[in-house]
Amino acid sequence: MNRTLTCIICPRGCTLTVTGEKGALTVTGNSCPKGEQYAVDECTHPVRTVTSVVRVYNREDTMVSVKTSSPIPKEHIFDVMNAIHAARVRAPIAAGTVILTDVYGADVVATKSVD
Amino acid sequence: MLTHDIVVVGGGPAGMAAAVAAYDAGVKDVVILDRDDALGGILRQCIHNGFGLHKLGRELTGPEYADVYRAEVEKRGIKTYCETTVTGLSHDRVVTAQCREGLLKIQAKAVILAMGCRERSRGALNIPGTRPAGVYSAGTAQKLMNCDGYHVGRRVVILGSGDIGLIMARRMSLEGAHVEAVCELMPYSGGLARNIVQCLEDYGIPLYLSTTVAEIHGRKRVEGVSIARVDEKRRIIEATRRYIPCDTLLLSCGLIPENELTRNAGISIDPITGGALVDENRETDVPGIFACGNVLQVHDLVDYVSEEAEIAGCAAAARVQKGDAGAAFVSTTPGNGVRYVLPQRVHTEGSEDVSLYLRVTQPFGKVRFTVSAGETVLATAVRLKAAPGEMEKITVKSEKLHGVTEPIKVSLEVMA
Repeated sequence: MNRTLTCIICPRGCTLTVTGEKGALTVTGNSCPKGEQYAVDECTHPVRTVTSVVRVYNREDTMVSVKTSSPIPKEHIFDVMNAIHAARVRAPIAAGTVILTDVYGADVVATKSVD
Repeated sequence: MLTHDIVVVGGGPAGMAAAVAAYDAGVKDVVILDRDDALGGILRQCIHNGFGLHKLGRELTGPEYADVYRAEVEKRGIKTYCETTVTGLSHDRVVTAQCREGLLKIQAKAVILAMGCRERSRGALNIPGTRPAGVYSAGTAQKLMNCDGYHVGRRVVILGSGDIGLIMARRMSLEGAHVEAVCELMPYSGGLARNIVQCLEDYGIPLYLSTTVAEIHGRKRVEGVSIARVDEKRRIIEATRRYIPCDTLLLSCGLIPENELTRNAGISIDPITGGALVDENRETDVPGIFACGNVLQVHDLVDYVSEEAEIAGCAAAARVQKGDAGAAFVSTTPGNGVRYVLPQRVHTEGSEDVSLYLRVTQPFGKVRFTVSAGETVLATAVRLKAAPGEMEKITVKSEKLHGVTEPIKVSLEVMA
C-alpha cells in the first residue's frame, strides 16, 4: 500500500503517507501519535463522529443537537442518520442525555440542553 | 444613565471569554450585552464537532463549547442582558442599547467589542439572474436546519469553499439532500484541509476550483444555476458555461466583520482585515475600547477566538485598574507573501512576549517567516506549508522588542 491522506483529527491537517501491508503499516508525515492512529484506522476501518439534530416534539420549532458518543464505522453513517431521523425527544433535556443507545457501537447523546 | 466598569458587546465565544478574563483579572463589574435570547452566538448553530481541541484539550461540538464558557460566565455571576441590541457607541464609551424595557444607556470605563461577522450576501456578490426563493447564505441555512428544524433544499449547489460552505455540504448530505457541486472562484479552497476530506470527499461531492455561479435561474424557486470557469483575472470563460438543475444555492463567500458601531465611535478600521486597528492588547486607537474575535479578524478556529478574547479581557481590566498604558509604539506591516499582520501596532517596552497573527497571500509549500525591524531580525519561523485559509502565529520575545523604533515587517521566503 502507498496512500496519501489528510489527517482530520485536528485543524492542522497534516499530510500523511501510509506504506506497508495490513498489520504492518508505516505512517509518515504525522505531527503527533493521534495522526498515526488516524492513518492506520483510515486504511483498515475508517470511522467518523456523526452530528445532527433531533426534533423536540413538545416545543415548537425546537431541535436538540446530538452526536455519537464515539466515532462509528464510516460505512454506517447513513444508517446512524436513519436512526437519528426516527428519534423524537421530549423536553426538558440536559446536555449529555443519551437519546439512542448502541447505534453501531455508540450512543447518540444530546449536545445541548432544552428547558 | 447606568455605569459599569466593563461593557462587552456580543455574547458569542469572544464576548464570553473576554468577560470571564476581565472578571478573573479583578474587575468584577462586567456586563455582556447580546441581541439574541441566550449566550453562545453562532456556536449555537454549529452542531458539528471539532471545537476545543487546541484550547480545552478535548473535542466538542459548537453548543458544547459555548456551554463551557456560559457556565464560567454564570459561575461568576456576570450580568448578561440578552435580547438587547447595541445601537450606538461613542468615543467616550457611552453604550446605547435597545432592550425589552426600552432604551439603555451605559457609561463604561472600558468597552470590549465582540460582535462577530455577517455573511457576504448575494447582493454584495452581484450574481446575475432572477431573484427566486432558495438562495441562502450558508450560515442562514445552517440556522434554519440546526436550530429551527427546517429542510432547506433537496438539490443544492454551494458557491464558496470556506469552512461554513464545506460544513453545510456535509450537513445537507446527511439530511438527505443531494449536493451537486461546491464552486470556488479562487484556484484554491479557503477552507481547512480536514474539511475538504471529511465534508466533501467522504460524500463524493465535487469541488470545482476557479469556478463561479454565472447566473441564477428560476421564477418562484431556484430551478438551476449556470456555472462557469474563470480565468486568472476571475473573468467568466463563456465557453465553459454549463447548467446545473438545483432548487437551492448556498453562498459561503466570506465573512464581513460587523463594525458599524466601531466606525460610529471614530475607531480606525484596517481595510484588509475589515476590523479595528489594534495594538497587542487588542485596544483600538480610541483609548478604552477593545476588540476581539471575528469582529477584529476572521478566525479559522473558535479556540483562537477565545485566546484573543482573553488578551482583550485582561487588557481591558488593566485599563480600568491602572489607566493609560501610554508607551512607545511601532507599527507592523505585511511584507512579501503576507496579506496582513495583526496587531497593527505594538508597544516596544512591554514585559510580555507579543504574538503576531497573519495570513499568507496564496498557498505555499515550505516557507520561512522572518519578523524584522529594519535590519534587525526579531523572530523566524519555518512552516511545512502555508495557506490563506490557515492563520499563522509567530511570537516575538519581549526583550527583542525593547528599543525597536522602525516598523516591524513580517515576510516569507519559499524554501526548497
